[in-house]
Amino acid sequence: MVRFPDIYYYRVEAPLIARKAKPGQFVIIRIDREGERIPLSLADIDAAQGTISLMVMSVGKTTSQMSTFGQGDDILDVCGPLGQPTHIEKVGRVALVGGGFGVAPLYPIAKAFKAEGNEVTAILGARSKDLLIYEEEMRAVCDAVLVTTDDGSAGLKGVVTDALTLKLQQKAVDLVVAIGPPIMMKFVSLTSLPFGVKTIVSLNPIMVDGTGMCGGCRVLVGGQTRFACTDGPDFDGHAVDWDVLMSRQKIYVNDEKKSFEEWKKRHSGAACE
Amino acid sequence: MTGTVNNAKKKPRIVPHKVPAPEQEPLIRRSNFDEVALGYTAEMAMKEAERCLQCKEPSCVKGCPVGVPIPQFIREVRDGNFQKAIEIIKEKNLLPAVCGRVCPQEQQCEKLCLLGRKNEPVSIGRLERFAADFEHSTCRVCLPAVAPPTGKKVAIIGSGPSGLTCAYDLAKRGHTVTIFEALHEAGGVLLYGIPEFRLPKKIVAAEIELLKKMGIEFVMNAVIGKLITVDELIEKYDACFIGTGAGLPNFMNIEGENLSGVYSANEFLTRANLMKAYRFPDADTPIIRGRRVAVVGGGNVAMDAVRTALRLGADEASIVYRRSEAEMPARKEEVHHAKEEGVRFEMLTNPVRIIGQDGWVKALECVRMELGSADESGRMRPVPVEGSEFQIPVDVVIIAVGTTANPLIRQSTKDLALTKKGYISADEETGRTNKAGVFAGGDIVTGSATVISAMGAGRKAAKAIHHFLSGEETAKPA
Ligand SMILES: Cc1cc2nc3c(=O)[nH]c(=O)nc-3n(C[C@H](O)[C@H](O)[C@H](O)COP(=O)(O)OP(=O)(O)OC[C@H]3O[C@@H](n4cnc5c(N)ncnc54)[C@H](O)[C@@H]3O)c2cc1C
Ligand SMILES: Cc1cc2nc3c(=O)[nH]c(=O)nc-3n(C[C@H](O)[C@H](O)[C@H](O)COP(=O)(O)OP(=O)(O)OC[C@H]3O[C@@H](n4cnc5c(N)ncnc54)[C@H](O)[C@@H]3O)c2cc1C
Ligand code: SF4
Ligand code: SF4
Ligand code: FES
Repeated sequence: MVRFPDIYYYRVEAPLIARKAKPGQFVIIRIDREGERIPLSLADIDAAQGTISLMVMSVGKTTSQMSTFGQGDDILDVCGPLGQPTHIEKVGRVALVGGGFGVAPLYPIAKAFKAEGNEVTAILGARSKDLLIYEEEMRAVCDAVLVTTDDGSAGLKGVVTDALTLKLQQKAVDLVVAIGPPIMMKFVSLTSLPFGVKTIVSLNPIMVDGTGMCGGCRVLVGGQTRFACTDGPDFDGHAVDWDVLMSRQKIYVNDEKKSFEEWKKRHSGAACE
Repeated sequence: MTGTVNNAKKKPRIVPHKVPAPEQEPLIRRSNFDEVALGYTAEMAMKEAERCLQCKEPSCVKGCPVGVPIPQFIREVRDGNFQKAIEIIKEKNLLPAVCGRVCPQEQQCEKLCLLGRKNEPVSIGRLERFAADFEHSTCRVCLPAVAPPTGKKVAIIGSGPSGLTCAYDLAKRGHTVTIFEALHEAGGVLLYGIPEFRLPKKIVAAEIELLKKMGIEFVMNAVIGKLITVDELIEKYDACFIGTGAGLPNFMNIEGENLSGVYSANEFLTRANLMKAYRFPDADTPIIRGRRVAVVGGGNVAMDAVRTALRLGADEASIVYRRSEAEMPARKEEVHHAKEEGVRFEMLTNPVRIIGQDGWVKALECVRMELGSADESGRMRPVPVEGSEFQIPVDVVIIAVGTTANPLIRQSTKDLALTKKGYISADEETGRTNKAGVFAGGDIVTGSATVISAMGAGRKAAKAIHHFLSGEETAKPA
């Protein structure tokens, strides 16, 4: 267990990807020859500079090893942009709900909804004030930012669904977009369901290739098996089978722990603790 | 082990049996990833080559999708001119080290061998492999002569056997070729699908090295349709070939398919082969090492999955197939190898649901089948035997019931003509699609087929592309 999640921000030179990428898409990276392929959402896209940004939370071996990277280091493979872009249209009032690293991919999505002429409110949740990320950036591109913390150290004391419920009760939302841990996306979807407000979630099952070849990323949506890497990652939150997603995310927990422990042994000091 | 040839009688020249090829012992090989079939020595190869009747009108050649001059190369092997033999093969077949190992010979060249009518056919595959391995062992794999640069540029999408062959033939004709591959390593199914114990990856790597030396550029991690579209490629290149394979795995749509412990064969094999999960944690990608594993399907893919599961430590591994053994599409040699290694075969058995507990696979429920009347393919249609349901206790289920066309190219190239099943519609002889300058071949056109047929398609397309680039043919879409 990582008590204080380390979150690292990277700007990666990848001009071809930056030229094509759209908000809501992701890349798959590999950092060394023996490395795993891991998916990461685009936290920003700058076609002019030819860069993409990644916001990575250290949760295991690959992400922790990546946290030791510094300026000028190379990422061995960057493959993308993958997945379908978030469907951006003018709907009126959009509530973007983010938790954990999910706040990062919401940033380009917020910009795009705003550019389409929507009124954009971001609801950002964290356990406490020092774990809140990206608040400044979001304020710069949203009409309003609501913050919730579990301990009340910043913004509203409570969780994101509390803030969302208030907005929904005020009939101030035409579309909800939620990105974060599955449990958060699940409760956001449950919250918006009775209000009949469309809710898009960005699913993060375990992936390998990201091109539709392996089927490892399959999720159950509306009773149908879909591949998150090619059909998603965005889906209708009211139709997602959350139990399937959460149980499939845990398939390798024991293996992952083992590989992380071994890596920490080899890199004591460098790893987050 | 190293078999001495049967006690052949002197009178007819006919030697009824193949010279057996040495193999790793089943009990040893089932726990390692080293190659199973060890290949002929020079003596064995010359002896086997002697069996060939050197037919004037060799029927065997008709069974080879690329028309390898079989008696001609076998004669050179017989006479000990191994380098000459490989040169003859390579006129027609770019990847003999691969084909000699994985071609379903009993359905192709060896099926039509004259000797095979009454006796065992000549072991054409093993001889081909021998000649190819000989060339590699000499470390002087010669670069083919490359024509002077034409100034024309061709983009190849996908680095499977169809793409590699197309690239090779075009480069030889002096065109500038760039291969775009979605994954981080080249080779397609040869790399991520077919396991090390059947096709060592160093063989694939050596072939790719050769293409690089010929000046072919490889761009990895380039998912066409996402990073660059076909339409953008065709603006920058003079022609383009799509060889993206039939990658999308089918599931059966039965209850329990999303339980943890259920894999598509593609995922299982990709983790094991491409990502080297059998070396976890030295390699980062994990894989579930099931103690009891059931693989659903009867093709090469199913055999590869079940034998990989054994090598990852399964105590019990079964093939569950709804027809009978005679109908299994897998290479006979692989079925035989799987049996020797202790794989159980549940024939005429169809899975009906996967039973789970706490999200994990516990058992596979199946029903016995019997053969009913023939279907449109002429095969007997299996029908369930009522009340015959039973359970196989397992912790991993691998689904190997075929693949369909990957959607990425068609989603991003709206005006590309497709077949009813979603494959790319292309002319069989030229690979031409309905878009000018865009050609296609291999599994993305035919659906899952074989390595050699994909290579054949790549070769035909290369020829057509060459004509197209030389202006010998006006681009008239198929
Ligand atoms: C579409 C998508 C977008 C994502 N975007 C981000 C992002 O922007 N920032 C971020 O920090 N994380 C993101 N993730 C999650 C990230 O991929 C995992 O945290 C990472 O793979 C963990 O690798 P590890 O080796 O450090 O940890 P491990 O110890 O290997 O795994 C920790 C947990 O991460 C998940 N995970 C492991 N391997 C994979 C994999 N190959 N694919 C997906 N999940 C995996 C599992 O649930 C696992 O239990 C995203 C995932 C998906 C599918
Ligand atoms: C496990 C397994 C075992 C097999 N065993 C045998 C055997 O024993 N004998 C035999 O003859 N045949 C066998 N086959 C079948 C044979 O491998 C295939 O028919 C053959 O590889 C098809 O070649 P291809 O060039 O059409 O495509 P593939 O080999 O599938 O290669 C396609 C390549 O294109 C890439 N690609 C896909 N989409 C894109 C995109 N949008 N952009 C860029 N790149 C892309 C893929 O990543 C892949 O590398 C087997 C297949 C499998 C899966
Ligand atoms: S390429 Fe395949 S079919 Fe052709 S001769 Fe060789 S083994 Fe036989
Ligand atoms: S048909 Fe058989 S015996 Fe005749 S040339 Fe071919 S391999 Fe030799
Ligand atoms: S990650 Fe392999 S199909 Fe989606």
